[in-house]
Amino acid sequence: MSILEVRDLTMRFGGLRAVNGLGFSVAKDSIHGLIGTNGAGKTTTFNVISGFYRPTSGRIFHESVEISGLPMEKVANLGIVRTFQHATLFRELSVLENVLIGCYSRRRTGLMDAILGRWHRQDALLREEVEELLEFFGLCERADFPAGNLPHGLQRALGMAIASAARPSLMLLDEPFTGMNAEETLVMMDLTRRLPECGVSILLVEHDMRAVMGLCDCITVMNFGKLLAQGTPDEIQSHPEVIEAYLGGGHAET
Amino acid sequence: MLATVPEAVRFRYLLAWSVLAALLCVLPFFLSYSQKEILVFTTINVILVVSYRHLTLTGEWSLGHVVMMGCGAYGSALASKQLGLAVPLSMLLGGVCAALVGWLLSYSLFRMKGFYFLIGSFAAGEVVRLLWKRFRDPFGGPKGLKRIPGLEEFEFAGLRIDFFDPVPYYFFSLAVAVVCIWLLWRIERSPLGWSYQAVHWGDDLARSVGIPTRNLRRRAMVTASFFAGISGALLVHYVGAVNPSRFNVEEMVYVLTWAIVGGVATLYGPILGVVSLTIVNEIVLREFGLDQWRPLFYGALLVVSVLFLPKGLESLVVPARSMLSHLWTRST
Repeated sequence: MSILEVRDLTMRFGGLRAVNGLGFSVAKDSIHGLIGTNGAGKTTTFNVISGFYRPTSGRIFHESVEISGLPMEKVANLGIVRTFQHATLFRELSVLENVLIGCYSRRRTGLMDAILGRWHRQDALLREEVEELLEFFGLCERADFPAGNLPHGLQRALGMAIASAARPSLMLLDEPFTGMNAEETLVMMDLTRRLPECGVSILLVEHDMRAVMGLCDCITVMNFGKLLAQGTPDEIQSHPEVIEAYLGGGHAET
Repeated sequence: MLATVPEAVRFRYLLAWSVLAALLCVLPFFLSYSQKEILVFTTINVILVVSYRHLTLTGEWSLGHVVMMGCGAYGSALASKQLGLAVPLSMLLGGVCAALVGWLLSYSLFRMKGFYFLIGSFAAGEVVRLLWKRFRDPFGGPKGLKRIPGLEEFEFAGLRIDFFDPVPYYFFSLAVAVVCIWLLWRIERSPLGWSYQAVHWGDDLARSVGIPTRNLRRRAMVTASFFAGISGALLVHYVGAVNPSRFNVEEMVYVLTWAIVGGVATLYGPILGVVSLTIVNEIVLREFGLDQWRPLFYGALLVVSVLFLPKGLESLVVPARSMLSHLWTRST
């Protein structure tokens, strides 16, 4: 059963078709990679799925519920949460507060709840959950640290922790390993690998091929906004058209 | 948001608060009549500027906030004059009126952000203000409304309390201000308030985890408008008259100046701003007969404060407090 299905998706900016008739699906509890050369339309695809853009045409289903055209917060409330390419955090707030904000969609404090203080008991429960999350992402010792002062690797981990706090069923990771050193990448890969066990499926865009090949169960390759190939990492690595797209026509012939 | 206060510090807080309360209670008895009136207006302005800060929690700055105050003023004035409602009730109704207008305007205004919102809120505010000017019935046109009933006098323990006198009205508005500030503080220090901060610091990130940012901005504006309306209602039943030019952009610039000079990162920042600027204005300028220079003075002060104290007067409080607590520990 697929958790996400993209059908005939097209996104046009004026005369440019950034995504052109793309279709693929993500299997439940799997790690799915979306790769392609620069400008292939991966990030646009991400932005359309997460509701940042409205697709020009085509449909997107999440567990057979149509989500195409919904705004980002609605998509998130249905269980698809994205992370950002650059470490996007609430830099002025502490690590713990960052993750608590991620829980907002499940909390819904109204004006009267706020004034009467009816949120305290719920908060205690959530806080336990948040502490578990912090431990999972290795952020326990820095819970009271201002998020903006964390080292880069931990900032990315915090980004994932914030997303996890919203209890998604599908997480979209936008280049989670950019700007990381080899050691940080390994730690992040390990964390990412453990997420499907907790019931979170993953769709990721990434340029670090070693990470992609090591992590993904299935890979979709895009080229000029279209689907080029789809398959397991081994199939993709030996796919002639993929090699041509990445290395250029001349290399493939020789 | 997680700090727990140790016993010794709590005692010091309690002491500081009681001193402040005592000062506020005896203050009017040391002032001249006109100074007492200014004290009433300052208390009302404190509510206005604190409610203004509530909107800035979400990162948006409005230029229509005094018009919301005006909605409360007109709403309450009409409710008491035309419908014959008791004044405390009409004041609440004034707040509700302002909240309602804020709610209606927020639908179109929050399609914009940042600078565009600022300009949009100015335009929307002017439209509302011009409606008061244009419609003689019921708003009284450019001359506004007169002979608005004041707060009903009552007898308490054989003592006749007349709210035409500034001192009782000061205590009444002080009580209202304390309640308003407490309510706003409760909202700010709750998950709702934290999500306002989230909207401010990371719009896209907040949306990505399912926080409905536009919805929350709207909610903050409605709340802020309600309390601005309450401050307008307090004003109108003290002065007994109201006209559209009382809520023009010049007044809005004063509110902005209070907020910027005081700082908006803390709840007490804007209060510091309005109190210190009122003192400077009323004591210094009036003493030297430079009252006409007020707009020029405020403009200059705004520029100077942005240049030399960009985080506002509130940024001086923490150093001052640590100095005080240092002196305290040395003396005990």
